[in-house]
Amino acid sequence: MGETITVTVNGTAHTAEVEPRTLLVHFLREQLNLTGTHIGCDTSTCGCCTVHLDGETILSCSTLAIQCDGREVRTVEGLQAADGTLHPIQQAFHENHGLQCGYCTPGMMMAAVGIIEQQPNASDDEIREALEGNLCRCTGYQNIVASIRTASEQMARS
Amino acid sequence: MAVDYTTQAAGGIGDAVLRKEDRKFVTGEGRYVDDLKLPAMLHAAFVRSPFGHARITSIDAAAALALPGVHAVLTNESLPVETGVLSASNPGGDVRHPEQAILAKEFARYVGEPVAMVIADDRYLARDGADLVHVEYDPLPVVVDAEKALEDGAPLVHAEYDSNLVKTLEHVTDGFDDAMAKAPKVLKLRVDNQRLTPTAMETRGCIGDWQEATGEVTLYTSTQVAHFVRTFVSIVCGTSEAKVRVVTPDVGGGFGAKLNTYREEFAVCAASHAVGRPVKWIEDRTEAGVATIHGRAQVQYYEVGVTDEGKIVALKFDAIQNNGAYNQLLTPSISHLTLFMVPGLYDIQDISIRIRQAFTNTTPTDAYRGAGRPEATHGIERLMDAIADELGIDAAEVRRRNFIQPEQFPYTSATGLSYDSGSYDANLDLALELSDYATFEARRAESEKNGKYRGIGLSTYVEVCGLAPSAVTAALGIGAPGWEHSTVRLHPTGKATVITGTSPHGQGHATSWSQITQTELGIPFEDVEVIHGDTAFQPYGLGTYGSRSLAVGGIALYRSLGKVREKARELAAHLLECSVDDMEWTGTAWQVKGSPDRSKTIQELAYAGWTSASLPEGIEPVLEATTFHDPPNFTFPSGTHVCEVEIDPETGRVTVVNYTAVDDCGNVINPLIVDGQVHGGIIQGLGQALFEETVYGADGQMLTPTLVEYLVPSAADVPSMTLARTVTPSPSNPLGVKGIGEAGTIGASAAIVNAAVDALSGLGVRHIDMPMQPARIWNVMQEAKS
Repeated sequence: MGETITVTVNGTAHTAEVEPRTLLVHFLREQLNLTGTHIGCDTSTCGCCTVHLDGETILSCSTLAIQCDGREVRTVEGLQAADGTLHPIQQAFHENHGLQCGYCTPGMMMAAVGIIEQQPNASDDEIREALEGNLCRCTGYQNIVASIRTASEQMARS
Repeated sequence: MAVDYTTQAAGGIGDAVLRKEDRKFVTGEGRYVDDLKLPAMLHAAFVRSPFGHARITSIDAAAALALPGVHAVLTNESLPVETGVLSASNPGGDVRHPEQAILAKEFARYVGEPVAMVIADDRYLARDGADLVHVEYDPLPVVVDAEKALEDGAPLVHAEYDSNLVKTLEHVTDGFDDAMAKAPKVLKLRVDNQRLTPTAMETRGCIGDWQEATGEVTLYTSTQVAHFVRTFVSIVCGTSEAKVRVVTPDVGGGFGAKLNTYREEFAVCAASHAVGRPVKWIEDRTEAGVATIHGRAQVQYYEVGVTDEGKIVALKFDAIQNNGAYNQLLTPSISHLTLFMVPGLYDIQDISIRIRQAFTNTTPTDAYRGAGRPEATHGIERLMDAIADELGIDAAEVRRRNFIQPEQFPYTSATGLSYDSGSYDANLDLALELSDYATFEARRAESEKNGKYRGIGLSTYVEVCGLAPSAVTAALGIGAPGWEHSTVRLHPTGKATVITGTSPHGQGHATSWSQITQTELGIPFEDVEVIHGDTAFQPYGLGTYGSRSLAVGGIALYRSLGKVREKARELAAHLLECSVDDMEWTGTAWQVKGSPDRSKTIQELAYAGWTSASLPEGIEPVLEATTFHDPPNFTFPSGTHVCEVEIDPETGRVTVVNYTAVDDCGNVINPLIVDGQVHGGIIQGLGQALFEETVYGADGQMLTPTLVEYLVPSAADVPSMTLARTVTPSPSNPLGVKGIGEAGTIGASAAIVNAAVDALSGLGVRHIDMPMQPARIWNVMQEAKS
């Protein structure tokens, strides 16, 4: 009953057989063992599973794996450079104490990269509005907003 | 006894060093329980009761078992366990403890109660199988409201009892009746502290792995209390505690909801035993809405006697706590914490408290961030505003007139606690200054010009933290102690391993414990590894909850570090051929007093202790020490929060526009982490004040199971906060620390509600219950206007 798909994830092409109902998040986690992408709800509300599909920010819990056939996915594992240098958003979350338990963090950072690319000069209020689809229960968001602002400034300079 | 730690070096106590645990989380290399795969692992899904109360008349699993990939369907009759869920609250005491079978036995008593368990090749098939299990129910009368549950003739949640009363807590001081009778004025207030769903971003999940050849059981579970879970798994599953290993991988938030032992944790172990393969269960979010404990759910009736000057002379507190359908690990104990904190930080010696706990056809309630104390604080802080309003006294002033004064410490409260230290006026003064309290009326006028109501609200709080002196938990009937464990182990290369019995899930213990180790033992921050969360290699630990990790676990660490340092001193004296009394500690080495050229660094001593080439008489090899620390008292953090809100008269939307928090958590190990705890705590309190409410229909249906109905605040819903600290070190422990994990939540909700009531006071509004969602506020405004 499987469908064969080829998905490029973080620059590597993967060909695999999936059930038509397999969600992208389960494909990433269970079949490719990329467990950095998390699941926090079942109603597309929390944003823990946020990844990029062809450069666009999406929820991998409400995307079927077969929809990604022939397309490119980027996950948290694809953020850092090959030499281990952290992406500016990763560095900024660390430096601003933008995470506590770490569970929402991968989705939060993937959403943040999307926000920075879309609105490089976003104000704090605009960052907060754009981040509405990503829930964090630990930080109260203040340091997350600071992290995104810091990363945004860093990425604008580089 | 307390030490001034404000001038320590980078990486030591007091430094805002960045967290060492961050890298794995920002790179996606965290390992949460759902990230683990074991060989031949199967997956479980639960069939749960769709009724609030029903007799189960039949379970037909044939269709599920016929589905390829389904290995087993387990029910109460076929699950191999010895007993039901256990509670640590008053075992054998004056509490009703109905049996809570791991899978429902004849009756289901709340929506979501597990009835059957399907084991299959993957999670999709397990869910498919669960949908094919056919259960016949005979619905029974339901009661969800705790006050109604205690009325005569209410449907009985447990037919074996003659009422739904679980337990009554009572505490009345001798002088109360007289003091209340003589009070010049008496005010009354009803406060509804609504039911909440804790909502850690990682739901619960666990993997049971029962090795048939050895009888060893390994349970990987997302918990705050690995050792508790081990003890109870061994009893419930009928196996030796020495054969049970509980592993806590990274945990994605807990907030008290993972301070528990749950049916599913026992079920996956028993199921693994039944099918002979590891079994994993990961909770869906919708499932979490009914399967994981809820918090709060307490209705309070206050009656307060005051003088014309606003001094409280007598306080009566009568509350009903909704326990849900069963007692979980600590359910009956949570309102003990409310009882403790009823007087707050006010000098009230004549008091009458009654708390009745009720069974209802709802998910059990238990500890949620603050656990009983937010309820007490919210209520009395609403009451203080009611007094201020009634007497025409400023809200800050009426609090000041009732504060316990610094010279009264240690202060014995009317509920029997000994408050350690605090300076409540200092908290209030600083918060009023930082929030520009004095100039508020100008901002109110400005908002009015823009068509908005604006209000300001205060909350002054004290909390009881550092749970707990074991003698106190015993006196409360809790069948568990309150001490904590630590081991400090120095390696031949001079690096240190710290094993802690605390169980961090976001609190940054690896960082803070490394800082303490650097300051107390001179091992650099980066040379310390902190490990926890595996019962196989560590002595019993009690875990992380009740803002206890630093005040109890941190002190256990401090004491182990001291033992290692003292052993190193004897070794240094021996190697340097002088008396122990002639040695002085430099912070990183022992040296002969006044002779820096004659010294041994802690790393040199670690090596010497390991090689053991020459040890002093009576000294064992290796620098290592273990401590089980039982605190002599609780700690009592305090603070003042000031909130300003704007209310849109068109929509009823309440927006927090300014928020200032001054907290006194004693000495601070890492200001960055402390601020992070306060931020998150405040926003959880804000969530309760503005958005969150777990709602049941009268028929027992859960109406808010998902994050669509249950509104967790987003970044767009919350303000940027201004934080500051005062410091009164706790005299109860050598680090002078108090705890900070729950302070924000405890302080926040009342400040926000008080601000909203103040905003609408011009309309004659005197009280608003939570959550202050737009519809409620709009209705309050319409009623006030009509």
